Amino acid sequence: MVLTEHFPVLVIVISMFAAFTILIAGKVNKKAAFPIALVTIFIQLLLSLSILKRVLTEGTIHYWLGGWSPPWGIEYVIDTLNAFVLVVVLFMSFMCVIYSKRSIEKEQPRNIVLFYVVFQLLVTGLCGITVTGDIFNLYVFLEISALAAYALIAVAGGRALKASYNYVILGSLGACFFLLGIGFLYAVTGTLNIADLSRLLPPLYGNRAVQAAFVFFAVGLSIKVALFPLHVWQPDAYTYAPSVVSVIIATAMAKVSVYALIRVIFSVFTIEFIDTYVGIDVALCWIAAMGIIAGSVLAIMQTNLKRMLAYSSVAQIGYIVLGIGLAPMSAWGLVGAVAHILNHAIMKGCLFMAAGAFIYKLGLRDIRDFEGLGKKMPYASAAFTIAAISMIGVPPCTGFATKLFLILASLQATETLPVSGYIFVAVLLTSTLLNLAYFWRVIDRIYFVKSEEGDGGGRETKKADVPLSMVVPMLILAALCIVVGILWLTKVPLPFIGQVLTDLGAGVLPQW
Amino acid sequence: MVEMLTPLFVILCPLIAAPLILLLGKWPNIREGVTIAASIATFSLVLSMINPIVEGEVIRISFQTLLPGVAVGFKVDAFGMLFALTSSSLWILVSFYSIGYMRSLKEHAQTRFFFSFALAIFGALGIAMSANLVTMFIFYEILTVSTYPLVIHDQTAEALSAGHKYFAYLLTSGTFFLFGLMLTYYLTGTTDFTNGGIAALAALNPVHKWTLIILFFCFLLGFLKAAWMPFHSWLPTAMVAPTPVSALLHAVAVVKAGVFGIVRIVCYIYGVDLMTSLGLGLALACIAGFTMIVANLFAIAQDNLKRRLAYSTINQLSYILLGAALLTPDGIKGAMMHIPFHGYMKITLFLCAGAIMVATGKKNISEMAGIGKTMPVTMLAFSVGALGMCGIPPAVGFISKWFLCAGSVEAAETISPVMIIFLFVLLIASLLDVVYFFPIIHTAFFKDPEGVAGEPKVKEAPMFVVIPLAITATFSIIFFLAFILRPVDVLAPYVDMLSMHIYDLVDIASGNVFT
Repeated sequence: MVLTEHFPVLVIVISMFAAFTILIAGKVNKKAAFPIALVTIFIQLLLSLSILKRVLTEGTIHYWLGGWSPPWGIEYVIDTLNAFVLVVVLFMSFMCVIYSKRSIEKEQPRNIVLFYVVFQLLVTGLCGITVTGDIFNLYVFLEISALAAYALIAVAGGRALKASYNYVILGSLGACFFLLGIGFLYAVTGTLNIADLSRLLPPLYGNRAVQAAFVFFAVGLSIKVALFPLHVWQPDAYTYAPSVVSVIIATAMAKVSVYALIRVIFSVFTIEFIDTYVGIDVALCWIAAMGIIAGSVLAIMQTNLKRMLAYSSVAQIGYIVLGIGLAPMSAWGLVGAVAHILNHAIMKGCLFMAAGAFIYKLGLRDIRDFEGLGKKMPYASAAFTIAAISMIGVPPCTGFATKLFLILASLQATETLPVSGYIFVAVLLTSTLLNLAYFWRVIDRIYFVKSEEGDGGGRETKKADVPLSMVVPMLILAALCIVVGILWLTKVPLPFIGQVLTDLGAGVLPQW
Repeated sequence: MVEMLTPLFVILCPLIAAPLILLLGKWPNIREGVTIAASIATFSLVLSMINPIVEGEVIRISFQTLLPGVAVGFKVDAFGMLFALTSSSLWILVSFYSIGYMRSLKEHAQTRFFFSFALAIFGALGIAMSANLVTMFIFYEILTVSTYPLVIHDQTAEALSAGHKYFAYLLTSGTFFLFGLMLTYYLTGTTDFTNGGIAALAALNPVHKWTLIILFFCFLLGFLKAAWMPFHSWLPTAMVAPTPVSALLHAVAVVKAGVFGIVRIVCYIYGVDLMTSLGLGLALACIAGFTMIVANLFAIAQDNLKRRLAYSTINQLSYILLGAALLTPDGIKGAMMHIPFHGYMKITLFLCAGAIMVATGKKNISEMAGIGKTMPVTMLAFSVGALGMCGIPPAVGFISKWFLCAGSVEAAETISPVMIIFLFVLLIASLLDVVYFFPIIHTAFFKDPEGVAGEPKVKEAPMFVVIPLAITATFSIIFFLAFILRPVDVLAPYVDMLSMHIYDLVDIASGNVFT
């Protein structure tokens, strides 16, 4: 088939054209914006699924843009990892679009068309980061998505403007670091193609410029993923953005930045490099461990639900980075990191959607006002509860699978790091309890704490659940929290995980 | 070894019932019908597995997981069967009882109550039939989380703080369990319950002695549901829950899951030989002995009947721990059979406490003067349970206590002479049992109520409440008679059937431990 070969580029081209189509069609009729975005993203999702299937059966896809052979032209390279991330991103975007219709109509009635235009651009950028095999192209898409995200956050006005401004400053700083890294590598090797770089770099690992480039990449992307202590832009941005924007940037966008970090560490450089030349793996683990604890503790201190979820994201990014840092010592580390990309997207997506629903219907942002919510909004509350239990890591939900992989990785790491390995285990287990502390407080309020004015006299407890288009994505994600959690425990993902590990040169799963 | 889907069906019954209960919340009669149907179906399925197991088979079914060497699997052996039988048979009785109890007291949020109850049973049955630590952990956490709404059922400030305490203890302990199981997996590459213990773990012994000892204590902390002292205080606090919850969950399913887990660790992960050579038996026995005495002293001081029963539960759970810690065939037999026996006796006592609350609204023992005359059936059943707690025939508590005493004598002969101390600990604890149970019986039957003249009228709780407790009391005696009558060849098959083959199962299970 000729057409299927062009799927990698189509995913992006369709998306970009749709953005402009929405703009023009929106001028004519405001109502056209939503259906166009919905259909486009659905088609993109189907394309990404077909790409994933092809990658799993035929191996890595190399697509030369315009037929120019690399390293002169831009190459799109899709292996199992980015096919997987692409599906995650587009699935979350699809859920967001369905959710966005009523949410954005209520929160931003005057900016509907512009919202969908920018949203579509954001999706374009995210897909671009995922599929490209060229480090400079990756930077370009990173900036497209970041600019779109700044705009989307600022749409809410008021305090969101300041949040967005902070994000612009720090995000641009991160991008600068990233660009500097690219510059250094280009100066040393003369190429921008990732595959080419990974071939040319090994003899140059001792070169100071190469090592500096790595550090620039690491710092730049750490800002982008909001790794503690470079997370300061993130809580404000997540809190003040419109509900649906919080969902997309907390799930799809954060996950894509993590993907970029994995790609740089494992594909541009190699495990061998970070382990022996920079020794950054252990440092990453420690930073991540601190982030897990600090994020959770800060989350406990919040009373605004979205802000609490934002800090919880800081902790959860810590899980993923801990997995990455443990990768040189144990293959399970990367398994945990990759699994958590999906798991966290599902859980946090569901939580932010529920938080958005509480705001949509009752204008509730403060946890202390949540009494009796379980009766007023049964579906949104149920979805929130399932996702929260999953975050705590109660089996068989998704959070448990991540925890299992990461604990195993930390235990294996005790062979090289006798003391810190056990400390990481302790951190993971403690974070479970901290998660419990801040999520259970909310669940208690929603279901069990009686409101002070009595039971509301029956009239107030009338059901007031949000529209179907908001409930359905929430419930789908809540169900996935359990289904995917069970799937991770079965043998189903084994071939996929094995392929990812091989592609990234992160060893093989140990057989006992 | 037989591959069968039955264990899967067993846990599916309560799992399917739970959402149905939630959906049918508007029609209470149909909702309760679902609970009853699910409980009966569960029990029948469990019963259907008895025959192959009594013949010495092990039923298993497993699904491979991502972790090599670990399957999420179910294995029903004789020991698991004991726990599964206890919880599924009592679920039927407690379902009827709950209907009577909740409706008489016009409790709120009954749908949530029955929903969480079904999920908790799902967890308990999963624990009973799990084939390895990973599966057990999954269900163990489900059990913890699903019982929370039951503990805080009243939604008062007191209930909520009890619930928080419950979570703080049990989920913290869950993290120790998780650590223990991951470390076991990391060290040996398996977490399966193996007859005689995991060989790879025993092979670590002389070199990694301290790792094994620390690991064992992690597991002990992981099974805080066994309420061993000094980490017991969540259990009396959790008594704010409605009585059916205290009865089935905090006397049978939840706490038994804890001791069940510890016995699994002692006998099927570490194995008797490794436990002996590490000296962990003595350590566990000391914890258990301490708990038995101190819990009983605490119990004497309680006036609230349910709290007194809670401390008695803590004491009786440690009988089971002690039995396992003795590491002798008789001791382990005593421990294993005490799981169902204590379940039946203690549930009787709790159901009686609930019946008194329904009929008279009284919670404290000091108010119960003369209650034996107004509620004869209830208090008769209570007396049977109390006799069982003290280990006096004709209640079945005598038999398990006999085996435990025999076990400690045996341990003194084979392991070390120090173990004879635990014989005296057992006897003193039994004496203390008498000290706090007999005054209740005395108050109920022989004291006249204050300020009430004339002959008291019989006023029992509703039938739904009284019949289940009469049945459990009767079974507490039937088990005793079964032990006596088993040697008679003519009666043996009938007696075994009536006692659900418990003695056969115990023999097979202890045989598995000492292979």
